[in-house]
Amino acid sequence: MDVNSEWDLVLMSLVIFVPSIAALVLLFIPKGKEEWMRWVSLFGTAITLMLSLWMFIDYRSDVSEANRAIPTNGTLSVRALGADEKQHNVQASGLSGSDWVARRTWIERFNIDYYVGVDGISMPLILLTTAITFLAMIASWNIQRFVRGYCMLFLVLETGMLGTFIALDFFLFYIFWEVMLLPMYFLIGVWGGPRREYAAIKFFLYTLLGSVFILIALLGFYFTDVRDFDPRAKPDEPRNTFDLVVLQRVGSAAAEFLNGKPPEKVIQEYGTEEVINNPERLKQAVDRLVHAGPFSFFTQSFQYTMFLLLFIGFAIKVPVFPFHTWLPDAHVEAPTPISMILAGVLLKMGGYGILRIAYPICPLAAEGLAWYLALFGVINIVYGAFAAMAQTDFKKLVAYSSISHMGYVILGIAVWKAGGLSQYWSWGMNGAMFQMIAHGITSAGMFFLVGVIYDRAHHRNLDNFRGLYEPMPLYGGISAIIFFGAMGLPGLCGFVGEFMVVLATWYYSPVFAILAALTVVLTAAYILWTLQRVYLGQNPAYKDYPDIDLRELTCAVPLVVLAVFLGVFPNALLAWMEPDVTGLVNSLSRLFTALR
Amino acid sequence: MFMQPWIETLRDELVGDLYRFSPELAACTGIIVLLLLRLFSALNRFHLGAVALLFCTLSLILSVGQWQTEVNAAAHVSRTEIFFTGLLAYDKLAIFLRIFLYGSTALVIWLSMLTGIPDREDSADFYSLLLGATVGMSIMASANHLLMVFIGVEMASLPSYALAGFLKGRRQSSEAALKYVVYGGGASGIMLYGISLLAGKFGTAYLPDVALGYAAVLKADPSAAGWVLSFDPILLLGTLFVLVGIGFKLAAVPFHFWCPDVFEGASAEVAGFLSVASKGAALALLARFLLVLAGLAGAMPDREAWLKMAHYLVPALAIFAAITATFGNLAAYYQTNLKRLLAYSTIAHAGYMMMGLATLTPEGAGAVLFYLIAYLLMNLGAFAVVAFLRNLTGSEELDSYRGLIQRSPIMVLTLGCFLFSLVGIPPLVGFAAKFQIFRVIFDAAKIYSGNAPGLSSMMYGLLLIGGLNTVISLVYYVRVIKVMALDRLLENVEDREPVPLPTPAGSAIYASLLALAVFVLGILWDPLARASDRGVDRFHPVSVGPSALSSSSQSHPPRQDELGGQVPPVRPRTVPRGQGK
Repeated sequence: MDVNSEWDLVLMSLVIFVPSIAALVLLFIPKGKEEWMRWVSLFGTAITLMLSLWMFIDYRSDVSEANRAIPTNGTLSVRALGADEKQHNVQASGLSGSDWVARRTWIERFNIDYYVGVDGISMPLILLTTAITFLAMIASWNIQRFVRGYCMLFLVLETGMLGTFIALDFFLFYIFWEVMLLPMYFLIGVWGGPRREYAAIKFFLYTLLGSVFILIALLGFYFTDVRDFDPRAKPDEPRNTFDLVVLQRVGSAAAEFLNGKPPEKVIQEYGTEEVINNPERLKQAVDRLVHAGPFSFFTQSFQYTMFLLLFIGFAIKVPVFPFHTWLPDAHVEAPTPISMILAGVLLKMGGYGILRIAYPICPLAAEGLAWYLALFGVINIVYGAFAAMAQTDFKKLVAYSSISHMGYVILGIAVWKAGGLSQYWSWGMNGAMFQMIAHGITSAGMFFLVGVIYDRAHHRNLDNFRGLYEPMPLYGGISAIIFFGAMGLPGLCGFVGEFMVVLATWYYSPVFAILAALTVVLTAAYILWTLQRVYLGQNPAYKDYPDIDLRELTCAVPLVVLAVFLGVFPNALLAWMEPDVTGLVNSLSRLFTALR
Repeated sequence: MFMQPWIETLRDELVGDLYRFSPELAACTGIIVLLLLRLFSALNRFHLGAVALLFCTLSLILSVGQWQTEVNAAAHVSRTEIFFTGLLAYDKLAIFLRIFLYGSTALVIWLSMLTGIPDREDSADFYSLLLGATVGMSIMASANHLLMVFIGVEMASLPSYALAGFLKGRRQSSEAALKYVVYGGGASGIMLYGISLLAGKFGTAYLPDVALGYAAVLKADPSAAGWVLSFDPILLLGTLFVLVGIGFKLAAVPFHFWCPDVFEGASAEVAGFLSVASKGAALALLARFLLVLAGLAGAMPDREAWLKMAHYLVPALAIFAAITATFGNLAAYYQTNLKRLLAYSTIAHAGYMMMGLATLTPEGAGAVLFYLIAYLLMNLGAFAVVAFLRNLTGSEELDSYRGLIQRSPIMVLTLGCFLFSLVGIPPLVGFAAKFQIFRVIFDAAKIYSGNAPGLSSMMYGLLLIGGLNTVISLVYYVRVIKVMALDRLLENVEDREPVPLPTPAGSAIYASLLALAVFVLGILWDPLARASDRGVDRFHPVSVGPSALSSSSQSHPPRQDELGGQVPPVRPRTVPRGQGK
């Protein structure tokens, strides 16, 4: 393989698998050299962070700049199509290494590919993952038991997370999604708090149940004959695929078809070039579309069933209100670094899955159920905030605040507006994405800060703290910034996402917007109250606590810097994220424009 | 006199037939050699595992050779698919199963050499029983005649009874053997009765002819949906009784009662062998029985008969499969003995595999073939680790596994790998296997949706039950992991250093190799998936309607009779059948 021509494939694969390679290296470190193991793991995560930054820089110069010139060309599917075409036509002259979409055959028997790619939706989450994992590794320094096992599981977890964000094949996505499961179970179950086993198995069961739903949906999509839509298909054979880009195209076609667009036009718009240019095949394709059978892809019942399966699967991860009960338990029992990853990255998987898979493949159901989704989002926001206020365990409070903040993500995704108003929805989507990143930063920070005092006080009972600011002024200052960031104070990162989401919601449903906006007061209440209970006042018992040390500072300061930077200069993220998010919004809202 | 043509064919074909039977012959030679060696008391001081392994490997190599020949055979050459005048089938399904059977027996022999059960004195007896059972299972897998079905089942069962009671000194072991014999005898009797009913009804016990008889009866059945019981009660009972016999070997609910007791009483090595090889042979037998009966094995596929047959068989099998999987998983929940737990887990897995067969499609059988290989690796691996740990700690109770990760990490890691693969968590081979089962169920739901909406929704229901079962099964598998990895040793509580277990290198290598295979096959399962597809390519892929081709037929190699008229379709040899009576 020519490395230059496939540079994107090499780099993306490295980002995914370097952590695993580091985990393998750990196997060969002799027993008793725990310090070495930590350093090797740290280097593993650091190299991954570097590689992801490298990928980001290359990606920006290759893709984002082009996006800016032709704004609507930024979406992943265009690049994916281009890449396929190049692979098809220019086999001899080598492949382009700059489209950031790459494909290799994996399991030919079932058309499963090792198909990877990045765009403005996955890129920020990849960067978030590598950064949070790196910082969490620094925070892992005081793990004392079974260091080798801990580090290996930690690194495998990172591979799973990155793979999930980079995969463009649904099967590959699912594999990585499941790969995250086992390490997380052990990381909570072995290194967690007193009720760790209960929390670990609860986490495992909930997530596996969600995975089974996703698996059923995955099979459902797979059994769609996509030969008229997949440029890689042979004309006379049915084709099944896990290719997310193709499935998205079929999903759009299904939505248009079910919305009453004449089938010929649907095929002409979404079909492959071969089908469009060949009248006979066009006729056959139309025939297949119209007579697709009772429970096929092109029926309303299928679209709704699959969307619900996917949504429940992903909602468990977010977590959305009735499926959230694993989260507080898991957070309370997990060790600090794992809480950071859990809140900082894992919860985003759910939002990402909805954005990347559920919405584009089942747009019809997504549109039809948008109001209920928004309702769930609002319930999450309000319920999470109230529940957070009632907690006395510091970690539990942060966990419930996570639920509340992830509600904004759901709400922002859900406020579906078609036609001329789609720009408001695109604010909501962008807000949701921004909120995911911002929440990743602040929640990881909050969990880390809770961990810092837990190391000193060995308890997390909010009512028993007081006056921590006096012995630990630096720590108090950092905490204030992170907590205000989570609260959504203007100038810090939490504000931007929430503001955009609430703004978009106003155009969707003023009632929801008012509820979401009012919750900011609740958020402020529980966060200020927490700050007051923990940091203010005087407490002789904690007089001689050492302030935050250098290792802890290395972990906390980057988060503070990011929180401030993104709050002051949100465009640093939005500039290259926005084209893809808006592209997604446009491609979805367009489906419903013609009719309303 | 009317035997004449038969005998002539037999004579003409004898050399070829013996070649086709060569793996079994090699195993039989092994048995004879072992029994002869037993005569020399001087040899009692040697462990004869190596001899058994040698002959078993020879059989394995011969089977692989046959597989290669069959796969590489040019498509236009008409292949003989039966031998011994049609008593046994010689197709890729049979050869695949031989590879599976001799492979698993070889692994069990290797395992028993590592664990030292049997001891030197008994080794000749043990291995001749083991090889004998394997030959019986191989006949089960290739039986093409109801009589051979019975003979195969008996040949597989009798040595198994003795193997189950091989630990003579243990009361539990003798109890297990007795239970096995009594249940097995009952089941065989019922099966024989069923066979006699079918043979009496159709005047033949040759499976393809029986299938033709079924087709004729079904087509005469006026009720299109087939639900009305205008179907012949003799036929119904006969079929049911044969299925009972197979269900007993499969340990399908409600014929499973022997399974946990036998597995608990027998040594883990024997339990591993019975759970893998015996079940594999029974599944292959069931697959062949069903597919032939459904009219998918003849020269021309008989779609009408297949669909009518599906109305009877699919609901019955689907319900049995669903109950078996659910019951196995729920009952495993309460077990504290690891062998009992694994016994219920094997019942559940038989349920999953029956789900694949319940689709009544060759694709379903292909998925089951893949599952069998996966199941061989992960289940035998699990039993192997249990056997190793029994040697180290002297116990098979879950309590003795507490905090094991500090005492023998390699055993815990490998057992964890096998158990998670049994749950079906990617990227382990158990997931690939379960994925294919779910895939064929979904596929079948699509296939049936055109002609039989009821069956289609039944398939969706099966899919859901399969998914939920996966979640349920997680609980008890993870409980084992939890005890091993998360629970603390008594020594930890008392603040003493844990005593490491001296794991022998051989055991570690054995377990690691199997675990590695589980992992590698979980990532690169393309070749095995293709092979398991080939294993059933003599049966006609099912597709309904003009355009809605069964979606997996796309990557099938072109079948010889689909290449156009120039190829003579495969036919059984022109031997008059049914006149032997």
